[in-house]
Amino acid sequence: MSIFGWFRRRSSAPVARERLQILLAHERGVRGQSDLLAILREEILAVIEKHVPIERDNVQIKMDRGDAVSTLEIDVEVPNSAGLLLSA
Amino acid sequence: MAKVLVVTSGKGGVGKTTSTAALGAALAQSGQSVVVVDFDVGLRNLDLVMGAERRVVFDLINVVQGIAKLPQALIRDKRIETLWLLPASQTRDKDALTEEGVARVIKELRAKFDWVICDSPAGIERGATLAMRFADAAVIVTNPEVSSVRDSDRMIGLLDSKTEKAEKGQRIEKHILITRYDAARAARGEMLSIEDVLEILSTPLLGIIPESEEVLRASNLGSPVTLSNAASAPARAYLAAARRLKGEDVPMTIPNGKKGLLDKLFGRRAA
Repeated sequence: MSIFGWFRRRSSAPVARERLQILLAHERGVRGQSDLLAILREEILAVIEKHVPIERDNVQIKMDRGDAVSTLEIDVEVPNSAGLLLSA
Repeated sequence: MAKVLVVTSGKGGVGKTTSTAALGAALAQSGQSVVVVDFDVGLRNLDLVMGAERRVVFDLINVVQGIAKLPQALIRDKRIETLWLLPASQTRDKDALTEEGVARVIKELRAKFDWVICDSPAGIERGATLAMRFADAAVIVTNPEVSSVRDSDRMIGLLDSKTEKAEKGQRIEKHILITRYDAARAARGEMLSIEDVLEILSTPLLGIIPESEEVLRASNLGSPVTLSNAASAPARAYLAAARRLKGEDVPMTIPNGKKGLLDKLFGRRAA
C-alpha cells in the first residue's frame, strides 16, 4: 500500500461521522411523515399509465436527496404505437 | 417497582443477546430478581447463550396463547437463583405473538420480578416492535460502525413513537451500550469514536464493552460473561453498566485494549 493509501486509511472514521450526520439529518426529517418522493413517483406513473401503456422496466427513476432541495427525475419510455395514438 | 427493559439495536449481530444475558446476570448477581425474555421467535438463542437450551419445555408463545401457564415456562438459572429465562419458540413464527397476549405476559412478569429484560430480534418487524412495546427503558446496543449507528438512530425514533409509554406522552428512558469497541482502532481513526457515536445519536451512554475473546468463550460455554469470567474486561464493563441501570453513579471508563509493544507494532495485522 502506498503511503497515501496508508494516510487515507487512517482517517476513515471522520468520513464515517460526516456521512452519518448528513444521512441521519435527512432520515430524521422524513421520519413519521410518508415519503413524499415515493408517493409522487407512484402517482405520476399511475397517471401516465392511465393514458399510455408503459412498461415499468422502461421507466428510469432517479431520486437525489439534498439538504435543501430534493429532485425526482422520471424518464418514461413511451412506445411508438402509443405515440401514434397521441398524434392522431 | 418492576422495570421493563428492552435490549434492541435494529441491526443484527451487534450483541443484543450477549448483552441481555450479561446485564440480566449482572443485575441478578447484585441480588435483584430478573427475568430475561427472548422475543426472537423462530430464531431463539438466548436459551443457548444462557446455557439452558436443554431445559426448554414451554415458551413465550405457549404462554401468550394460553397453552401453558407462566410458571411452567419460566426456567431458573442453575448458577444464580434470582435469574430466570422465558425462552422464545423455535418452531412458530413471529405472527403468533399478539399485542394483547404480550401485554398480559409482561404484566404478570412485572408482578414477579424486579427486572424484565426483553431481548429484541433484529429488524423492525412484529417481534421487535412487541419487544419494545411495553418497555419503561431501552438499551440500544450499537457497534461503532456506520450501519449499526444508522439503525440505532432508527430504533430511537421507534422507541419515541411506537411504545406504549411514548403514545401516552411519557418519555422512555434510553441508553446507548457500545459493544465490540476496539480502543486501538478508534485511536488510529479507523473506528468511530465514543464521542462520535454519542454526538450523532444524542443519547446518554450506559457503558462501553470492549471487543474481547471472553465474549465468544462465554457463549461457547453457555454462560453470561459476567459469570464465566467476572474479572474480564467485558464482564467488568457489563457489571458497571448494570449498576448504572440501577441508578448508581459509576464513573465511565473507556476500556483500552491491552497494547503491548508487539501489538503496537503489529496492531494493524490483527485488525
